[in-house]
Amino acid sequence: MMGIKYKKIDFVTLCCYLVLVIFGWMNIFSSSAGESGFVWSISSKYVMDLIWVASSLIIGAIIIFAIPPRAYSAVAWPLYILIVFLLVAVAFVGVEVNGSKSWFAIGPFRLQPAEFSKISTALAIAYLLDKREIKFSLSGRNNIRDLLSIAAVLVVPMFAILLEKETGSALVYLGFLLVFYREGMSGWVLILGLLAILFFILTLVMSPWATLLILIGLLGCLGSFGSRKLHIGGPITVITVLLLAFFPRLYNIEGFGLIHRFEPEVWVALLSLPPVIFFTLRSLIRRQTLLRNVLLGYLLGICLIFSVQFVFDNVLKDHQRARIEVLLGIREDPKGVGYNVNQSLIAIGSGGLAGKGFLQGTQTRFDFVPEQSTDFIFCTIGEEWGFFGSLLVLSLYLTMILRILNNSEKQKDKFNRIFGYCTASCLLMHVMINISMTIGLMPVIGIPLPLLSYGGSSLWAFTIMIFIYLRLDLERWK
Amino acid sequence: MGVYQQDRKTVLTIAIIIAFLVMGIRLFNVQIINKEYSLSSDNNALKYETRYPARGRILDRNGETIVDNKITYDIMVTPHDVKEFDTLAFCRIFDLDTGFVHEKFREYRMYRSRIGYQTLTFKKQVSNEQYNKFIEKSFLFEGFSGVLRTSRTYPKNAGGNILGYISEVDPAYLEKHPEYRSGDYVGKTGIEESYEEILRGEKGYNIYLRDAHNRIQERYKDGEFDKEAIPGKDVMTTLDADLQAYGEKLMKNKVGSLVAIEPSTGEILTMVSSPGIDVSQLSDISTHYKDLVRDPYKPMFNRAVMSPQPPGSVFKLVNGLIGLQEGVLKPSTTYPCHRGYVIGNLRVGCHGHPSPLDLYHSIMMSCNAYYCYVFRSIIDNPHYGSVREGFEAWKEYTESFGFGRKLGTDIPGELGGTMPTAERYDKIHGKNRWKSLSIISLSIGQGEIGCTPLHLANLAATIANRGYYYIPHLQKDTPELPIDARFKERQYTKVDTTHFTDVVKGMYMAVNGGPGGTARVAQIPGVEVCGKTGTAQNPHGDDHSVFICFAPKDDPKIAVVAYVENGGFGATWACPVASLLVEKYLCGEISPQRKYLEDRVVSTSLLWKVRVRKK
Repeated sequence: MMGIKYKKIDFVTLCCYLVLVIFGWMNIFSSSAGESGFVWSISSKYVMDLIWVASSLIIGAIIIFAIPPRAYSAVAWPLYILIVFLLVAVAFVGVEVNGSKSWFAIGPFRLQPAEFSKISTALAIAYLLDKREIKFSLSGRNNIRDLLSIAAVLVVPMFAILLEKETGSALVYLGFLLVFYREGMSGWVLILGLLAILFFILTLVMSPWATLLILIGLLGCLGSFGSRKLHIGGPITVITVLLLAFFPRLYNIEGFGLIHRFEPEVWVALLSLPPVIFFTLRSLIRRQTLLRNVLLGYLLGICLIFSVQFVFDNVLKDHQRARIEVLLGIREDPKGVGYNVNQSLIAIGSGGLAGKGFLQGTQTRFDFVPEQSTDFIFCTIGEEWGFFGSLLVLSLYLTMILRILNNSEKQKDKFNRIFGYCTASCLLMHVMINISMTIGLMPVIGIPLPLLSYGGSSLWAFTIMIFIYLRLDLERWK
Repeated sequence: MGVYQQDRKTVLTIAIIIAFLVMGIRLFNVQIINKEYSLSSDNNALKYETRYPARGRILDRNGETIVDNKITYDIMVTPHDVKEFDTLAFCRIFDLDTGFVHEKFREYRMYRSRIGYQTLTFKKQVSNEQYNKFIEKSFLFEGFSGVLRTSRTYPKNAGGNILGYISEVDPAYLEKHPEYRSGDYVGKTGIEESYEEILRGEKGYNIYLRDAHNRIQERYKDGEFDKEAIPGKDVMTTLDADLQAYGEKLMKNKVGSLVAIEPSTGEILTMVSSPGIDVSQLSDISTHYKDLVRDPYKPMFNRAVMSPQPPGSVFKLVNGLIGLQEGVLKPSTTYPCHRGYVIGNLRVGCHGHPSPLDLYHSIMMSCNAYYCYVFRSIIDNPHYGSVREGFEAWKEYTESFGFGRKLGTDIPGELGGTMPTAERYDKIHGKNRWKSLSIISLSIGQGEIGCTPLHLANLAATIANRGYYYIPHLQKDTPELPIDARFKERQYTKVDTTHFTDVVKGMYMAVNGGPGGTARVAQIPGVEVCGKTGTAQNPHGDDHSVFICFAPKDDPKIAVVAYVENGGFGATWACPVASLLVEKYLCGEISPQRKYLEDRVVSTSLLWKVRVRKK
């Protein structure tokens, strides 16, 4: 244990951590303490939270001072397997809270294994990427096997969590794709993912037909740009799209009986499929990479467009569909599904520039916002501390995340670096999903705001993760 | 490799910064630029308690109240504030079933997140006594409160169909009329609907502050910003309540309409649609609504303005007037009739009467053949060159009487009826392949022609005025609430006023002209009644009995139409009904020698003759 330069600890991250935790406690106090003021009782949330904060600091100290960093790679696998086991077990023997069965009850305390599985998954990923030298490539049998194993490590806990109906926590795991990207995965995976989300929204908000036109235009430009023939391909694409845009007009003209059998997008898809498939196959054989990518993009896009409505109607659950519709403005429902978001926006918006002051918020304190000490804690901040307070919280998170990324990049040890990246990704996903939800940028997805939300499991889990990072970061100065 | 990965870190860093920027910008927008949200927060902390205005009364033309208010209370509940309470005592006060209370609270629990701190209506229209009992013990029932509401009462049993009812707004209505709030009452039909804006008044409010526990704490700024409710204004109608009640009595157990208009103003004195809605059902419409809708005789349907039917012989008057104006007919013109108008295979039957007849006697005896000649001479008038042109000219005349279009009254649901078009005949017979003979039914008011009873009442008023009418209306012109200018304009027909005296003479003879007159039963001692019967053939069963009249002959005070569905000859039912109404209005009571007629009308039910679809 000798030789550890504790002075070199990442003070920036540590300070951000402490400020957020203290600030979080203040806001939980504000949102759950009534006029009655401070009552020292274990039944009040703010006392309970104080216990969680104190215990977190003890855990943090233990991690820094008592646990050797080498232990982490050693326990990565056993821990991972144990937590996956707990995740599955909780779906059967857990306590049900708000419709999801994801809690173990131990006396007055409740623990949520999903929160801790982020740590074990991060450790397992770091271990695997470190030991196997995984190349994110589709060629070679070993590479494919490695790819499958790393995917399994990610997907197994995700599915177990979906089984508990904790959609939000499962989404967080997509953040690990950022780590894979850093470790060599093609950026196209991320871009295609974003494009898929974009097209999903476009199809719902505009129409499948409009989305198809955008797809054709996009691919046309991409293809002609890639082949350095933008001056020819560009105009052709534009003209094609414009001509196609007039296609639905034909439906108004009498004498085109046959045309009414299908929607315009179905016609275009049906008519274009045979030649596109032919040229795709030919480009595969002749190894024309650009043409192949463009045509595959077209096929994938068509599949996506036609599956959106199906997924939306059949795969998503009613409340999820409603939340998405409210977010996209397809449906207005300020008293029903939109209630939370609407009240949350009212609370945040009423804060103004400087806020109403500590303990002065009317919206959050009078229970207008539901779940305000857990998932909607950001409302209390927005209302009582105003734009300055919100900005402070945002910048604390941003500083912490970028600091962790930066320091991890400097790590010589690959395991340490990857774990640092995982920590930053988890923080990023939580902060982004939670705050975007409270300010109406994303559909309502129940997920805590790291270090601020009330809840022991979440606070413990992020404490453990951040302190492991802090401890591993010290290894740089050995 | 190193440089490459360094790039990736930069890409990630930039992406993360962009994500945070988006959130920051959104926050800037929500917290600083957009004021809508901070305003909404006031709405959350201030509680507005509505003060409901008294709804305006509805009066008849003599100032008698026909629709009044009575005070009732709605019991409101704020589920969030309700503590445990003695359900049994509560139910005893309001005469409720405990199951009802449990069911309500089960609902509130189910939707508690949606309800939040809202106050909801628990029970509507609680009587004054019940409310007083509740107030004595209200400390036992936390979370419950009473709100003063007014509901309608009807001192006179008259006008159920015209008055309309009020009921609580439904979500569909709220969507179209955002100025209303859930729990408001709104006029749904009749006068209550058409004069909603005048009757409803303006809501006021008291503002209270909520405290941390969402209890009402104090008046906001000592009531400085509270607003008084402004009561609704009374609406005076042109109806004569007593006459309306009498008309409804006459039409009881018959299907049809009875409309009376004051010709000199266009004011509707009486408008009966039978079978109609009893006023006792109006005040509690929610309980009776289902029965009313299911009733095969459709009592909700205002036949007087919504039921276009063939006018029958009454329409001969219009054809006669057009003939006179076109110059193809003179009062002295005679035509023969031997039990009908026969040409080739076509035969329009007629009843037995002397022949030949002039115009006066053709009206008096209602000769069908006469009007076949008249109609043909109008349509085939060489002046127009073609049948089509002749028909169009004829149609223009009928339209000037208001037929085939809405008259533009203030009665909701008014329909325009139908008049045939040349295009329609083209479709039936082929383009321009129809002649005056093909459309000969129009001459006697049959065929492709549909007029509402109001159209016919308006025809009676037009003839009474000798050539013009005022658009019929239900609102009385008062200094406080003047009527629309359109109701004060004379509407002239395209027939010269001079020709009307001839028709009036015929109508006078129909009633008072001795043997052969079709409407002799309408004779009223001391009153010169002019009338015309009609017997409208229809595909639904027996002929409809129709009669229009006005009286007195000079300076007419009332013009009436009676339309009794499946009543047979015009003289059988419509004629007695209309003339009794005239007598009641002009003389105040029925003369002894006509009492038998009143008894016969009142005691007879013709409902069995009407074919209805039983549900």
